[in-house]
Formats: sequence, C-alpha cells, structure tokens
Amino acid sequence: MMVPACHPIATTHFQTANRGISTMFMKLTSGPAGSTRQSTMEGTGFADSRQQEAGAVAQRQTVGESFVADPRMTARDVAVYYGDKCAIRSISIDVGCNEVLAMIGPSGCGKSTFLRCLNRMNDTVPGCRVTGEIRLDGEDIYAPSVDVVPLRARVGMVFQKPNPFPKSIFDNVAYGPKIHGLTRTKAELEEIVETSLSKAGLWEEVKDRLQEPGTGLSGGQQQRLCIARAIAVSPEVILMDEPCSALDPIATARIEDLIAELRLQYSIVIVTHAMQQASRVSQRTAYFHLGDLIEVGPTERVFTNPRHRLTEDYITGRFG
Amino acid sequence: MNNNAQPPVCCDTPGRSLSERIGRDLPRRYRAEKRFRRLGLTAIVVALSFLVFLFGSIIGSGYSAFRQTYVELAVTFDESAFTSENLAAADFPGLVKQSLRTMFPEVEGRAALKNLYRIVSPSAAYTLQDMVAENPKLIGTTQRIWVLADDDVDMLIKGQISGAGEEANRRLKDDQLAWITTLRDQGRIETRFNTTFFTAGDSREPEQAGIRGAVMGSFYSLLITLLLSFPIGVMAAIYLEEFAPDNILTNVIEVNINNLAAVPSIIFGLLGLAIFINFFGMPRSTPVVGGLVLTLMTLPVIIIASRAALKSVPPSIREAALGIGASKMQTVIHHVLPLALPGMLTGTIIGMARALGDTAPLLMIGMIAFIVDIPSGFTDPATALPVQIFLWADSPERAFTEKTSAAIMILLAFLIAMNATAVFLRKKFEIKW
Repeated sequence: MMVPACHPIATTHFQTANRGISTMFMKLTSGPAGSTRQSTMEGTGFADSRQQEAGAVAQRQTVGESFVADPRMTARDVAVYYGDKCAIRSISIDVGCNEVLAMIGPSGCGKSTFLRCLNRMNDTVPGCRVTGEIRLDGEDIYAPSVDVVPLRARVGMVFQKPNPFPKSIFDNVAYGPKIHGLTRTKAELEEIVETSLSKAGLWEEVKDRLQEPGTGLSGGQQQRLCIARAIAVSPEVILMDEPCSALDPIATARIEDLIAELRLQYSIVIVTHAMQQASRVSQRTAYFHLGDLIEVGPTERVFTNPRHRLTEDYITGRFG
Repeated sequence: MNNNAQPPVCCDTPGRSLSERIGRDLPRRYRAEKRFRRLGLTAIVVALSFLVFLFGSIIGSGYSAFRQTYVELAVTFDESAFTSENLAAADFPGLVKQSLRTMFPEVEGRAALKNLYRIVSPSAAYTLQDMVAENPKLIGTTQRIWVLADDDVDMLIKGQISGAGEEANRRLKDDQLAWITTLRDQGRIETRFNTTFFTAGDSREPEQAGIRGAVMGSFYSLLITLLLSFPIGVMAAIYLEEFAPDNILTNVIEVNINNLAAVPSIIFGLLGLAIFINFFGMPRSTPVVGGLVLTLMTLPVIIIASRAALKSVPPSIREAALGIGASKMQTVIHHVLPLALPGMLTGTIIGMARALGDTAPLLMIGMIAFIVDIPSGFTDPATALPVQIFLWADSPERAFTEKTSAAIMILLAFLIAMNATAVFLRKKFEIKW
C-alpha cells in the first residue's frame, strides 16, 4: 500500500527523507492503518492550516524551546551511530536544574539511545559512536580526560526492568557508597542506606528485613530499591529509562509521586511510553521521532498545543 | 482507529467453522505428539539399558575382588632360623614352607612339594617378617597365622575357576585340590575383606596388587591440574569475555581454543613429552608432568565453560553496576563472577573428571611404567587409575580380571563423586533472581 502521491506533506517527506527512514515510514503507513491515517488526515483538513510547516517536517528541525537559562546538562548536535547505522541525528537540548524532562516518542525513535549518552552507558555497546558535545555543569563528558566512573556516580540511572543485585536490600543500596568510598564508618553507611530508602519511599516497608535479598521484593518495590540505589551516591542527574513499564498502575503511581519529590533535589530525565505519565510528572517534554528531536517545550504546552504536526499525530494517538 | 476496516475474513472455504477445521486436524497433531513422546521414551530406555548392562557386567565381574582368600598356617618361629643379628636376613620363606610340610607330612618329592608351596602367596614370607620385626618375642613360639592364599586358590574358592577338566590344562593340579579341600574342611581357609587392594601398590602377584599407588598418582596429577587449570582458565575466560577488544586476534584465539578442546588427548601427551620431558628435562613417569599435560588438555574445556557461564549472566546486572559508577573490574568481580561461578565450577569439575579418566596422554609421558611403590610426592614415579586399569587388563593372570573390574568401579566411584560435587556446588552457589 503506497501513500498517495497527491498528499503534499507525505510527498515532501518521502522525497527528502533518506532511504532507511522512508522504508521505516512505509512500514508504519502500510496496511490498514495507512488507509485510516490517510482518511483521517483528509477528514481534519489540517493540511491547509499547517501548509507552512511542511518544510520543517521535511527537514525535521527541532521546534519549541530546547534550551533553558540555567542548564545542568547541555547536549549540542549529538548523533549516535551503531556501526554504520545512524540511530539519532543532531540532537540539541538542555536539561535544567530541578526539573523533570520527559522524552516521548514511538519505539525505536532513539530516546533511550540519547538517554544512555548522558552517562556514557553507550560506551559499553560495541560499535557505538557518539559525536557532538554533551556537557554536565559546563564540563564536556566525552572529553578524553573524563573518567566514566565518577561521571556515572554523578549521573545515576534507573533501568526499564528492575535490576537489583542478587544481594541483600542493605547491600544493594550500600554498594554505590562503598565502592566510591563515600563513608568512613558503618554508622554513616547505615545512615545513607536509611535516608536513600526513605527518599525512595521504601524504608517503612523494608526496615525490618534489610538483610533479605532485594530480588525477593515485588516489582514496584524492586524499582524503588533501584532508585534508592541510584540516589545513595548523591547524583546530580537521574536518568530513568521507562521506569514504570514493568509495573502495575499502583506501583506506577508511587514511583510518579516519588519522581515529583526527587525533582526538588535532582534533575531527572525520564523516557516513557505513557504520555499521561509524561504529562503528570514532567515540566518539559521532548518528542523524538525516528532519530530526530522534533519538539521540545513545557509539558503543558506540548500536550495541549503542539507546534509540530508529528508531535500532534503522536500525542493524539494517530500513530505510534 | 480502524473504523472503516472490514471484519476479518479468515476462511478460504466458507461454510466451515474454525473449530471444525481445527478439529479435523487435531487427531493427527495428537498422534504426532504421542509418536514423538514414545520415541523419546524408547531412547531413554535404550540408553538406560546400556548403562545397566555396563554397570552390571563391571560390578558382576568385579565385586569379588573386594574379598580375598586367606590360609591359616601354624608357623613355628624356630630359634635356629634367627642366628643372625639382622632379623630380616632370616629365611622366612623357609618357615612358611616348613609349616606347610608339617601340615601335610605325607607329601614327598620335589614337584609335589613345589605344588604344595604354591598354595600360599609368596607374600606370606613378608607377613611373617613384618610380625617378627614388630614383635621379636615371637621367636621360639608357634603361632597360628592367616596369610594370603595364592591367586589360583583364591580364584577356586571364589568359584572363578573350577577343578574340573583335564589336569594338564588346569592351573591347580589334583593334589593341590585335595589339599585345599582338606584345609577347607579344617576351617583353615576363609575369605575376608580385601584391605590389600586399597593399601598396596601394583604387583605382579594379583593377590598382592592394590590400587593405592594409582589412586595417589591420579590424586597428585589432578591436584596439579586443578591448581593450574582453574585459575588460568577462569582468568583467560574473564579476559576474553569481559575485557578483550573484539578484533581479529581475539577471534583467532577463540577459534583455536575451540579447536584445542577437540584435539585428541594423545596429541597433548606427545606435546608434553616433547616440551616438559625432552626440552625442560623434567623426570619421566611423574605426576608433575602428568598434571601439566592434563592441564593443557583441560584448559580449553574450562575456558569454554567459563565463558559460557559469564555470557549467561544477565546484562541487566552489568548495567546496574556500571550505572552507579562501578568500574569494569568491580562489575566483574563483585557481580558477574559470583553469578558465573557455579557454571565455572561445573565446567571445571567436568574437565577434571575427563582428565581423571584419560589414559592416552599419560602413556606418552611414561606413566604406564610398572611401579610398585606408592608415590609420596609430585616427582615420584607413579601411574594413574585409568593406566592401572589398562595395565591390569593386559595381564594374563585370571585374578587380574576381577581386579580390573574393581579398579573400574573405583574410577567410576570417583567420577560419580566428582560430578555429584559439581551438582552440589552449582546448587549451593546458584543465586536466584
């Protein structure tokens, strides 16, 4: 099923986009969904009002407010290649202090890839190459002189699937402070464990069984344990890669409350598939599409009044 | 979203419901499953029956080796025999012969006496010597002493050979059979638990041959193998799996390690002979060389098993550790290694079990020599369990048949024990998540 050539936007898109993207796009639009999409587009008649943005769609330039006045992290022209394949292109965005930046977008759009650039977790992927510049507090984290070990302590990460170590709850949280030598006495360590677990909202539930294995907790508790583990080393930024995708709605709600509290002390970047979650927890939202950063803006504005057609299509559920 | 899509049309033959279409096919699918299960069950039964046959034949022919026939002699330690200061210089074989003559005074003639003396083992003289050395007060007294029977007598008592048939074709002659019957009637022949088998080294006389020398030789060899191959293998696996860059060199190394694991073991024996003995001039027939050769043979197995164990550690654990700022080494030591350890131990023990059972490389470095003494160190000449089995299986004496089977039982017992240890260690260190 081909997209009809009479449609101006689709045509421009196909002519300019590179070949890999066009095949991916065809996958998206082929089949019954494609026909529906075409009909809804024509039904709304939005082509008239947004005709002027067709060029922007073709070039996929970021619209909205990518930069903030007082950034904690800045990314400029970041591109990531896996071997020859370009995963994300020319991403420029700031992460502000004490804000939650949500990154949304369809699967495979590169938001997780970009997130993993922020603490250089992509270094562990063979064949992965990062270009551009990412700064944390003004310091280039990809500079040759930068050691990833302290960097990852400053930029903590919470993963999609809860991954506590197969050790006791106490050891899970204490591991970071221990390897970084943050404490001198056992009492200090215990205090860090307690405050971290309290911040993660887990202390009351586990204070009597700190020596039990962390893997014995429920999924939501495990994820909060992972958050406690991340904040035990007092990071400046916390990266969360779909932290609630494996959790039920109640556990998700707890984590979201927790994120709101953590924002007061940390900068948080969260990748999420749930747009409601992004709208609930974040102050700014960035929309990624097929390796491009399409739109950035205050969450409320992005969700109520998206400026880019792709953003609107996504948040209104037309594809993705 | 799909508001104008047609309801799904799935049937190419309209008028037939889905369950009918499936139902028509269902008996065939169940038949296929039944057939498959029956085939699997047959395979298990065939494999098990082979195993039962193997164990049955080995145990059936070997269990009798754990009992040994003894003959009671009334030995007079005549003072005239102990004229010299040196007690060991006394004619102990003479004492044995004399006691036999006293028991059967009617026997005359050189050939008949020779047959009579053959009823007890040549080791009887050493038994007497040991007793006198331990307690010189025995001199001048008459003692009733149980000594080892000759292997032919032992075979007869155990029913492995019979007294029937042409005399010339028999190991035991008619007069010997008569004496044995007499001794039996007097209660002077009995079978006891065969401690000699577990405490003695090899011997040309089956009744004196024991497994201990071979067990100790195998023990020292395997100790060397374990001490060298486990740390080297695990380190190599960790480096290759966790740290090595992915380039042509590491690929070549990987292919060669896999090839080495499949190289016939006798090649390693030749290699050991050329390098350790000819080039480095290490002593022949020793557990140290045997252990080194077996190390070469076991290393690839351990490396491959350890790499597989490291690979099976979920990447989420690595990410978790790296994500809070653990260095590569901390990640490996603190998190990956403990999770991979059970698999590594299993691979190591299976490699060690293979090394324990391997004969060919040891032949090449001279551990097939006939060695009576029990080795007391890494550089004493020794043989090993499988080589001992090979040697005994090659011996013509009828009594070595049961010894061979018994030695195989010992070897199997060690192998089963080692594999059980592997299972136990895996269960013990396995961490569930």
